[in-house]
Amino acid sequence: MVHMANQIALNFSAYPREEAIGHVAKHLKDFWEPRMRKQLHAYVAQGGAELHELVKEAEKRLK
Amino acid sequence: MALLHEIDYGTPASRSQQLVTLDIDGKSVTVPAGTSLMRAAVEAGVSVPKLCATDSMDAFGSCRLCLVEVEGRRGTPASCTTLAEPGMKVKTQSPKLAKLRKGVMELYISDHPLDCLTCGANGNCELQDMAGVVGLRDVRYGYDGDNHFNKQSARFVDKDNSNPYFSFEPAKCIACSRCVRACEEVQGTFALTIQGRGFDSMVSAGGMDFLDSECVSCGACVQACPTATLIEKSVLEKGQGEHSVITTCAYCGVGCSFKAEMQGSEVVRMVPYKDGGANHGHSCVKGRFAWGYTTHKDRILNPMIRAKITDPWKEVSWDEAIQHAASEFKRIQAKYGKDSVGGITSSRCTNEETYLVQKLIRAGFGNNNTDTCARVCHSPTGYGLKTTLGTSAGTQTFDSVYDTDVMLVIGANPTDAHPVFASSMKSRLIAGAKLIVIDPREIDLVKTAHIKADFHLQLRPGTNVAMINSLAHVIVTEGLLADEYIAERCDDAAFNKWRDFIALPKNSPEAMESATGVPAELVRGAARLYAKGPNSAIYYGLGVTEHSQGSTMVMGMANLAMACGQIGRMGVGVNPLRGQNNVQGACDMGSFPHEYPGYRHVSDDATRELFEHAWGVKLEKEPGLRIPNMFDAAVEGTFKGIYVQGEDISQSDPNTQHVQKALGSMECVVVQDLFLNETAMWAHVFLPGCSFLEKDGTFTNAERRISPVRKAMAPKNGMADWEITMALSNALGYPMHYNHPSEIMDEIARLTPTFKGVSYKKLDEMGSVQWPCNDAAPEGTPIMHINGFVRGKGNFVITEFVPTDERVTGKFPLILTTGRILSQYNVGAQTRRTENNVWHAEDKLDLHPHDAEHRGIRDGDLVSIQSRAGEITLNARISERMQPGVVYTTFHHAMSGANVVTTEFSDWATNCPEYKVTAVEVRLAKKESDWQQHYREQRVLTTRIGSPVAGD
Repeated sequence: MVHMANQIALNFSAYPREEAIGHVAKHLKDFWEPRMRKQLHAYVAQGGAELHELVKEAEKRLK
Repeated sequence: MALLHEIDYGTPASRSQQLVTLDIDGKSVTVPAGTSLMRAAVEAGVSVPKLCATDSMDAFGSCRLCLVEVEGRRGTPASCTTLAEPGMKVKTQSPKLAKLRKGVMELYISDHPLDCLTCGANGNCELQDMAGVVGLRDVRYGYDGDNHFNKQSARFVDKDNSNPYFSFEPAKCIACSRCVRACEEVQGTFALTIQGRGFDSMVSAGGMDFLDSECVSCGACVQACPTATLIEKSVLEKGQGEHSVITTCAYCGVGCSFKAEMQGSEVVRMVPYKDGGANHGHSCVKGRFAWGYTTHKDRILNPMIRAKITDPWKEVSWDEAIQHAASEFKRIQAKYGKDSVGGITSSRCTNEETYLVQKLIRAGFGNNNTDTCARVCHSPTGYGLKTTLGTSAGTQTFDSVYDTDVMLVIGANPTDAHPVFASSMKSRLIAGAKLIVIDPREIDLVKTAHIKADFHLQLRPGTNVAMINSLAHVIVTEGLLADEYIAERCDDAAFNKWRDFIALPKNSPEAMESATGVPAELVRGAARLYAKGPNSAIYYGLGVTEHSQGSTMVMGMANLAMACGQIGRMGVGVNPLRGQNNVQGACDMGSFPHEYPGYRHVSDDATRELFEHAWGVKLEKEPGLRIPNMFDAAVEGTFKGIYVQGEDISQSDPNTQHVQKALGSMECVVVQDLFLNETAMWAHVFLPGCSFLEKDGTFTNAERRISPVRKAMAPKNGMADWEITMALSNALGYPMHYNHPSEIMDEIARLTPTFKGVSYKKLDEMGSVQWPCNDAAPEGTPIMHINGFVRGKGNFVITEFVPTDERVTGKFPLILTTGRILSQYNVGAQTRRTENNVWHAEDKLDLHPHDAEHRGIRDGDLVSIQSRAGEITLNARISERMQPGVVYTTFHHAMSGANVVTTEFSDWATNCPEYKVTAVEVRLAKKESDWQQHYREQRVLTTRIGSPVAGD
C-alpha cells in the first residue's frame, strides 16, 4: 500500500506542489477502494513513516 | 445462409477518385481510374475467365485465359493487366477468344491429373470451373507425354503433409503463382517461390518442406490456390461445407471476420471473410486453423461442485450448481459484508457477457468489485488516453496505416501478436513507409524480407518514459512543434507546463542515454523522422503498458503525437494493439471497478442515477477493488468469494504464489470456462462455458470495431455464457431476463451514449461498426478527434521519468521480460489444445550468447530462473535478438510458471502488472524447480472428477 501510494506521488511530483497534492488526492479518491483508503488513514495515524510527503498532504484532503 | 462465395473481382480495387466510363460487351460501366478491364467487367456483370488472377493481389498476366478484344487495338490483351480507359469498347467473347481460351485450358489439363471425382477440391475448383466455362471436351495432346502428375514421371513430387493443417500436392499445381504472390503481397512473408524455369517450374517453400520453411501457416496460399494443390486437411477429410456462418475470431485484438463453413453443426473450415472490415480476407494460423480446441476432449460439459478444493469434483445439474453458487455468495456476504465478494469478466467473452457480469456485480452483489483482465494488459491505455485525449481507445481505423509515412512501433511485436494487421503494416513498409522500432528485443519487423527499420532504439527494459521524454525534448528544443495545431486544439496552460518540463536538460537524449542505453544521436534522428511525417503513426503494445510507468508512457506518446500534430486524420494517431479479442469491449462495457459502461465514473451522480433507474436498484458510489487489490484483500481476509468468467488468473496474473494464496484464502471460487484451467484448481463451483462458435454476441477490436459473433452450433454445455450469468443473477435474487443477446445490446445502447446507434440490425446491415456510433455518427467513427479532441482541448501531461524499483542487483543481475509468439495465445488454454503445438511445444528462456557463455549455458540446457518472487526452470535458447543483460520467455504453458517469477510491482495509476521488468538470475539446473514439482502434484490432486474412492 505504501509503495503504491508513493509511486502515485512520484508520478505527480514534477507538478507545482499544490497541484500535485490535488492530483494525488483525486487519484486516491477515484481509484482506491474504501478499505485501501482506510488502510492509508490508519498508516498515517501511526505516523506514516514511509509515506511520500505529497501522499501525507493528500491524505488529509480525503477525510 | 447457404455456402457463401464472395465475388472475385480478379484484381484489387483502385483507390483513385477519378472515374472513367467504358463499354464492355455493350454495357456501359463507370469505374475508378486504374481499374483493370477484368474488374470493370465484373462491375458490369460480366465474368471473364481467369486462373492466375484473384482480387487479393496485383495482376500477374500469366495464365492467358482472360484475354479480351479492345476496339481499335491489335491483338488480345489480358484483361487483368489492361487498365480501363475512357470510351474503350471491350469484347470479352468472340470465336477467336473462345479458341484461344480453349487452347490454353487444353494445355493446362494435359498436365493435370483427371481425378476430379475423388479430388478434395471437387465442387470448389477454379480449374474445373474454367474447363467448363471454355467448353473443353477433348485434350488433343493425350496424357502420355512429359508431365508432373504421373508417379512414374521424373518430374513427379510427392505430397508434402508436414504442415498440420494443409497439404501441398505439387502434382496438381498449375504454376499460376497465386500462392507465391499471396505469401508476398497478402502476408508479406516471402516463404514461397517458383523454382526452376519453363516446364520445370514448380512451387517451393524455399527448397524444403512447409513445416521447416519460413511459412507462418497463415493460410493465404491455401485460400489463393485455384486447385487442390494447397488445401485444408479438414476439407480432404470431411468434404466441402454446405452452409456458411459469418462470425468474428476469438483470438487477438485484430478481430478478423471469418466464414465458418459448416456441414450441419460441424465446422469444416474457417475462411477469412473478404468483407471483414479489420482483415479484408486475410488471417493468421490461429484464427484460420486453430479452432480444434472447441471440440477438444478436455472440454467440461457438465456443471460441477465440491466443498473443498482437495475433494474430487461432483457433476451436478445446472440448477444445483447455480443455486449452490448463489447460496455461497449470499452466505459469505451475510457473514463478511457485501464488499467481501466480486467478479472478473474476461476480454475473451462477448460484450453482452461482460456487460451482464458487471451488472450482476454492481446490482446483484451491490458493490463495484468488478474487474477485467484488461487490468493486466491495457488498463494504462484507458487511463492515459482518457486523461490526454478524452476517450479510452485508439484513435484510428486499421486501414489508416495505408496513409502512414512513418510508423513508430513501441513495445509491440505485431508479426507475432497481431499478425493480420502486421501484414498491412508490412505491405505499407514495403511500399516505402519509414519505420522506427523502440523495443529491447530485435523483433521481426526490425529486419525482415524487404523491410529494415530506419531506427531500432534498443532500450533497456523499464526506460520507456525516459525514451519518450527525450524524443519529445528533441521536438521541443529543435523547433519541430506543430505550433498551429497545438494552439488550435490543445490546452494552453497544460502545454506550456509540459513544454517547460520537457525542455529541461535532464530530458535530453544525451542525459537520458545512461538510463536507456540508446545513443543520443539515434534518438535525435528518430525524433526528427517522426516529426517530419507528413503522416506519422504510433503503434504500441504491452511493452508500453506492462510497466510501473505504463500509464505515464501512454500519456507520453499522446503528448508526442499532439506536439507534432499527428492525431485527427488518416495515417496518424496513437494506436494500442489490444492483446485479446475483446479487450476494448470489456473496458467499454464497464468492467472496471471505478466506471460504468462508456467510461463514466461511479461517483458521478447523474450517471449512477441513470443506471439505478434502469436497473431498479441502489448502486454503490465508491470504486471497487481491482484484481490485484482483490488478491491482497483475500490474503488479508476481507475478500472471500469470486465469480471468474473466462479468465485464468492463476496462470496469467503476476506473482503466482501470491495469487494462489489469495485463491486458497477464499471460501467460494466460481469458475466459468471451457476447460478446467489453472484457476479451477482453486474453485468450488465449475460452470462449463461455451466457445465462440456456440453463441451470439459481439466483440470490439483494437480499432473500436464492433463485430458480430454468430452462433454456428448449439452450446455443447447446454447453456450460452450469457444465460449462465443470467441464471446466477436470478438465483442471487436480482432478476434478469433477456431472450437473446440482441436485447442486452439494446440495453447497452440505451445507457451508453457512444453505443446509442448500435443494434444487431445495424450490425447485420453494415457488417460491423466502429464506436462512437450515435446520432452524430450513425455509420460509426473510423477516425477519432478529427475536428478537436473528445475532451475538448488536448491535455498535455507532465511525464516525469521515475525508474522502476525493480532493479538489477548482484544477486539478480539480469532483466527478464515476457511476451507471446505467433502460434500460441496467452495462457494457451485454446492453442495448446490444437496442432499449433508443433511450432511451440514449450516455453523457453532466450538469452544472449554473452550471458549464456558467462554462465556456461549451452542451447537446450535446463536452466533455473530465480527472482525475489520465485524460481522456475526452462530450457535455454541462445539468441542474439536479446541484448546482453536481458532474457526473455513466453508464458503459454502452465507448467512453465513464468509468472512464478514476475513480481507484484505494477503501474502506479492502474495496477497493471510490471510483467516486462523482473530482476532475475539464471543458472544451469539439474532438475525442475520445487514449485513445478509441487504444482504438478497439486494439479493431479485438484482436478479429479468423480466420487471419492473409499479410503481416498
